[in-house]
Amino acid sequence: MARAVTTQRKALNTAIAWTVGFLIFFPILWTILTSFKTEAEAIANPPVILFFDWTLENYGVVQERSNYMRFLWNSIIIAGGSTLLGILIAVPAAWSMAFVPSRRTKDILLWMLSTKMLPAVGVLYPIYLLCIQLGVLDNRIALVVILMLINLPIIVWMLYTYFKEIPGEILEAARMDGAGLKEELLYVLTPMAIPGIASTILLNFILAWNEAFWTLNLTSVDAAPLTAFIASYSSPEGLFFAKLSAASTMAIAPILILGWFSQKQLVRGLTFGAVK
Amino acid sequence: MATQSSRSAARIMMAPAVFLLLVWMLVPLCMTLWFSLRDYRPLRGGDLGFVGLENFARFVSSSSFWPAVFTTVLIVGGVLLVSIVFGVLLAMLLDQPMWGQGVVRILVIAPFFVMPTVSALVWKNMFMDPTNGVFAHIWRAFGADPVVWLTDVPILSLILIISWQWLPFATLILLTAFQSLDSEQLEAAEMDGANPLARFFFIALPHLSRAITIVILIQTIFLLAVFAEIFVTTGGAFGTRTLTYLIYQRVLESQNVGLGSAGGVYAIILANIVALFLMRIVGKNLDR
Repeated sequence: MARAVTTQRKALNTAIAWTVGFLIFFPILWTILTSFKTEAEAIANPPVILFFDWTLENYGVVQERSNYMRFLWNSIIIAGGSTLLGILIAVPAAWSMAFVPSRRTKDILLWMLSTKMLPAVGVLYPIYLLCIQLGVLDNRIALVVILMLINLPIIVWMLYTYFKEIPGEILEAARMDGAGLKEELLYVLTPMAIPGIASTILLNFILAWNEAFWTLNLTSVDAAPLTAFIASYSSPEGLFFAKLSAASTMAIAPILILGWFSQKQLVRGLTFGAVK
Repeated sequence: MATQSSRSAARIMMAPAVFLLLVWMLVPLCMTLWFSLRDYRPLRGGDLGFVGLENFARFVSSSSFWPAVFTTVLIVGGVLLVSIVFGVLLAMLLDQPMWGQGVVRILVIAPFFVMPTVSALVWKNMFMDPTNGVFAHIWRAFGADPVVWLTDVPILSLILIISWQWLPFATLILLTAFQSLDSEQLEAAEMDGANPLARFFFIALPHLSRAITIVILIQTIFLLAVFAEIFVTTGGAFGTRTLTYLIYQRVLESQNVGLGSAGGVYAIILANIVALFLMRIVGKNLDR
């Protein structure tokens, strides 16, 4: 039986938790607020918190000066492309490992995971060189493939844990009722697998969107996604706080919203089923 | 029951993923190993031939090696310490009954979704800037001189930035582990007169030990590879050059590929040692 909690105690918990939560969230909140200020208000001392003249001017300037849309488009293509390609390759693999396990399934899964542990900097030059030789440095397709390979172990692993949860008895029942392989796949398994696949897509899209080693080192102009776009603000434009904030807000807003939907999958996806 | 035909079908379905990862792992790895044994400088004479293990010896005997190791240990250790200690506290807090738990959870987790370049730049400019940053305002409000964060205490600043990004991850995992803790066990201990501290150290912490181990291992692997945060804040200056950053500079900035590749091999070995422990835990879990 759960213990009864006094209202006082609950109020205290609430106050502490909200304060801590607010402090942790503050840098993001501050960035969003600053993006609506003028440059003068952004560096005002004492800082103005809410009562300033809200303006959208910074967003216009950022788009005009650095063509934000192009970077956004690159991010969407790279994150989306690598995720979908990864799903296409991983679904059959995870499927067969979950439903037709063999003695080696576990070893293969662990080996796949181990490729994820390979430090990127250790293979930086080979990949850089291969990109030059193949003429795909600063190329979106190359990044789609590379990020797909980086996230493939996580995608396979997540799908495997989801597929594993589909009870085998359901398949047997469907077979008893005379379902063939086609019906089995189409009407029984697919509907049960879709939520897992959707969660996997979501988390890996986020991971690919935020990837900042290969995207920084392998792009310059044409294929540069938002990570590189923001890095270009490191100096001296970064000292224009309002514009930096507008650029940052535009880079993180889509992912923050997606991220809130994927909290639960985060644990599963990043601990490989070791914490439940 | 799996039949013979379904087994071979399974093998075919697995083949593309296995093949791609095998190529992705082996080709660059072999190239790195190959380069590490040669004196290869693309901008100064190209490939100057086989030098045996000289690069490996030179990488560890260069004057920037031990400082880089030291910086790496400080940053990885610092972030681990902050994220585990505060992660446990936060997870405990979030596990308590309160109003608006879902909203607080979202607020706490949000930093994890901010891309590294954004969080590093926002912290560097809007918080740590000695003239107009938020911290400078606070310091001045108390009559103190603002700290020039990234020059005076660069490693501490980086630990702060990176911890902010990773605390949510630790908290979320520890919270998940907390929620599987049997509350009856805690109640029984309470009835037997165990004080809150004893309940924490003898019941909650042992229950969390596995989750803590996993957080440490996973974060170590990611923290050893931290790059963007250093790239946009200090660029490796002021003693913030980690091993990863040192290798990056050797390979791409000074284009001494042989030397950098030897460093890369060291990094791979180091990461594999950590990975080995992680795999063991994950593997054990698969058997259950």
